[in-house]
Amino acid sequence: MKSRMVTIDDYGTYETAWCPGCGNFPILNTVKQALVASGLKPHRVLLVSGIGQAAKAPHYINANIFNGLHGRALPVATGAKLANPELTVVVESGDGCVYAEGGNHLLAAIRRNVDLTLLVHNNQVYGLTKGQASPTSEGNFVTKAQPEGMTSYPFNAVAVAVAMQAGFVARGFSGMIDHLQTLIQQAIAHRGFSLIDILQPCVSFNKMNTFAWYKQRCQVLPSEYDPTNLEAATKTAREWGERIPLGLIYRNERTVFEDRFSALDRGPLVGQEVDLEKLTEIMEEYR
Amino acid sequence: MSDGSFNILIGGEAGQGLATIGELLAKAFGRGGYSLVTTSTYESRVRGGHSTVALRVSAEKVASPSESFDLLVALNPETVKLHRKELSAQGLIILDEAFQVDDEACIRVPFKELAKGKFSNIAAVGVVGFLLGLEEQSLLGVLVDFFGKKKPQLAGENRETLVKAFRWAAQLPSSFHRKLTLISDPAPRLVMNGNQAIALGALSAGVTFCSFYPMSPATSIAIGLIGKARQMGLVVEQAEDEIAAINMAIGASFAGAPSMVTTSGGGFALMVEAVSLAAASETPLVVVVAQRPGPATGLPTRTEQADLEFVLHAGQGEFPRAIFAPGTIEECFHLTRKAFELAERYQGPMFLLTDQFLADSYRAAVPFDLKSLSPIQPGSEDDISSPYHRYTITDSGVSPRLLPGRSEHLVVADSHEHTEDGHITEDLSMRKRMVEKRLRKLEGIRAETIPPDTNGDVNPELLLVSWGSSKGAVSETASRMRSKGRTVATLHFSQVWPLVGEQFSEAIKGAKEVVCVEGNATGQLAGLIHRQTGFEIAKRVLRYDGLPLTPESILRELDRGEE
Repeated sequence: MKSRMVTIDDYGTYETAWCPGCGNFPILNTVKQALVASGLKPHRVLLVSGIGQAAKAPHYINANIFNGLHGRALPVATGAKLANPELTVVVESGDGCVYAEGGNHLLAAIRRNVDLTLLVHNNQVYGLTKGQASPTSEGNFVTKAQPEGMTSYPFNAVAVAVAMQAGFVARGFSGMIDHLQTLIQQAIAHRGFSLIDILQPCVSFNKMNTFAWYKQRCQVLPSEYDPTNLEAATKTAREWGERIPLGLIYRNERTVFEDRFSALDRGPLVGQEVDLEKLTEIMEEYR
Repeated sequence: MSDGSFNILIGGEAGQGLATIGELLAKAFGRGGYSLVTTSTYESRVRGGHSTVALRVSAEKVASPSESFDLLVALNPETVKLHRKELSAQGLIILDEAFQVDDEACIRVPFKELAKGKFSNIAAVGVVGFLLGLEEQSLLGVLVDFFGKKKPQLAGENRETLVKAFRWAAQLPSSFHRKLTLISDPAPRLVMNGNQAIALGALSAGVTFCSFYPMSPATSIAIGLIGKARQMGLVVEQAEDEIAAINMAIGASFAGAPSMVTTSGGGFALMVEAVSLAAASETPLVVVVAQRPGPATGLPTRTEQADLEFVLHAGQGEFPRAIFAPGTIEECFHLTRKAFELAERYQGPMFLLTDQFLADSYRAAVPFDLKSLSPIQPGSEDDISSPYHRYTITDSGVSPRLLPGRSEHLVVADSHEHTEDGHITEDLSMRKRMVEKRLRKLEGIRAETIPPDTNGDVNPELLLVSWGSSKGAVSETASRMRSKGRTVATLHFSQVWPLVGEQFSEAIKGAKEVVCVEGNATGQLAGLIHRQTGFEIAKRVLRYDGLPLTPESILRELDRGEE
């Protein structure tokens, strides 16, 4: 794989469209570091995103990119992974894109257990559309669209993913980048579906869940924590308050989606030749 | 019938095995070298209700259903009540001897005795087969092939029933015989329905990925592909919804798998945003829309041609597309291939517009010469100098399409307006150039447009214009009128977009009267022709009661117009 060592320079440097101080910056850099540390050359990597400020992240990484529609990154990534399982597929989008518009696809992706890594930039607010509530916004969060505070209860993706016994469920924080990098590397290495819910401040629109707010609450799980224990993971996943646990919360080795298709036994779909002899036999069945 | 065709209607409840009767007889007649058309009508339920399978068969070519029957196979008394009036003067009714039906045309079959109360449908095949002159061995051959592989034990029991029923029918007086002209040394024929032909066409084009959400009448295409997935090496995935289905197919196609989605109007409505994504990201995609009557849930199991304008305009923004509308089994096969070829060549969404009637209609077709047809080759040659730009602006509008991970080049695709290298842009001059680049592809697509089929008299007093699945019905309408001394021609569209006026304006101008025949309530093709050519077809024959167009239904409307 490594004829020449991959370096951070291989993943490029771009001008971004983000606000100064945005939590996206450290996440972007950490993703690049994790790809380098995983020894992956850019052409082996496919980054898929939807729409939102976070979903622009792949444009700032020198790799293969598919930047699709709002909410629909996971199905695109699933199709691409099935067509070519040799690609390392990473999905990067925000809480609005993945948890609101794409909610059904998240559930389906967990059930499929496709071998891909889903990084959700979770700042508990809509940035690109200027400050409306997101599925993870909390009770007394007031916005122009929710002037009397939240009208729905927040969505806990980590708890839902654990309840569905997803392959790899973790929470990270943009303010703890070494920890986040390790998580991303583990997620890429994990064969199956991986979710990392990444907490990050939105300096422009979320004045409630600020950097200091997260910093005060985020606590890395102790080293003796066992992520394969479903009972413990269920409890840990639901913790959200004065303490927000960070780290690999649940891990479950289970059959990977791509392995269920016998058509993929002979290699990626891309590049396969049509067997016209066999097709002629199939046609003969209609005689 | 007077034209030499023989028309059978099988009626009963869902769950009585009507489809099996239709399929077995269709296969047997196909092997005998006959031309045939079946028409299925059913309700949106699994058991009960009223369903029919009509089978029209002839030693001469038939391409359309007809409303007058020569034989009624009544699996319940209701069938007689509902369809007695459609029976021709010499028509016969086959029914269970236990039914309280008082009718001279009846052949009362002891189904209980012949079929042990279990396989009445197979017994009916035996009786019909004998009366129409099929051979016992040929019927048995069809039966074994039908059940043989899947359920060998069922084949045994069915075999016994079939033989008993066939021999029972042999003792009937010869006044009941309706032997068809025997075809000596019949050429090989495939017997398949529209959806099976679409699946076969897709396989021959090289489809390796299909995603779908179940929806009548499209589901059987995906199910047909799933049945061959292991053998042919393709992945078919039932998605969580239609939005996921189409986005998955776009992802798969981006990564190099020739991809298709199959759906009907309501499901397609959910796919619309991603149709636009396929266009913006310039990703090849074949979308099959099997129409059924709307609006909303409409009549889920019936037929209509009312989604032409919907499919033509689906998707935000402006981008090129082609829409094919097959009218025969052969067209289902070849136009599916053509859609795949165009999708790959012009890198965008291409459509196949079929409907319930054609989807479920079995026909006999000459086997396809698969080995002479080449599958598509996804992606361009990767000997391109770095840096590779996915959306390089070219004269044709088509840019080299590399596949991610297949070379060291990086492939960047985007739904935003983008630069040549695939990144988001707000550069408005670039925006303009990209719009023009994408639209230039329409010129290529336009140059490849299949011209409408013109048939019949030159400068006729009547020209019938039609599209899609009504091809056979309209063509038969014209020949029936010609046999009565009228000069009639047909102009039939198997590709409805792009609509190239020069291809057919002569034909329209030469006709004394032009009538557009469509399976919808507003005359969508007529409207499109008007918009594109300025020619207004004021007279229309429109059917929108959920049933397919037939020569009788068209002639009735034409007569009414002349009163």
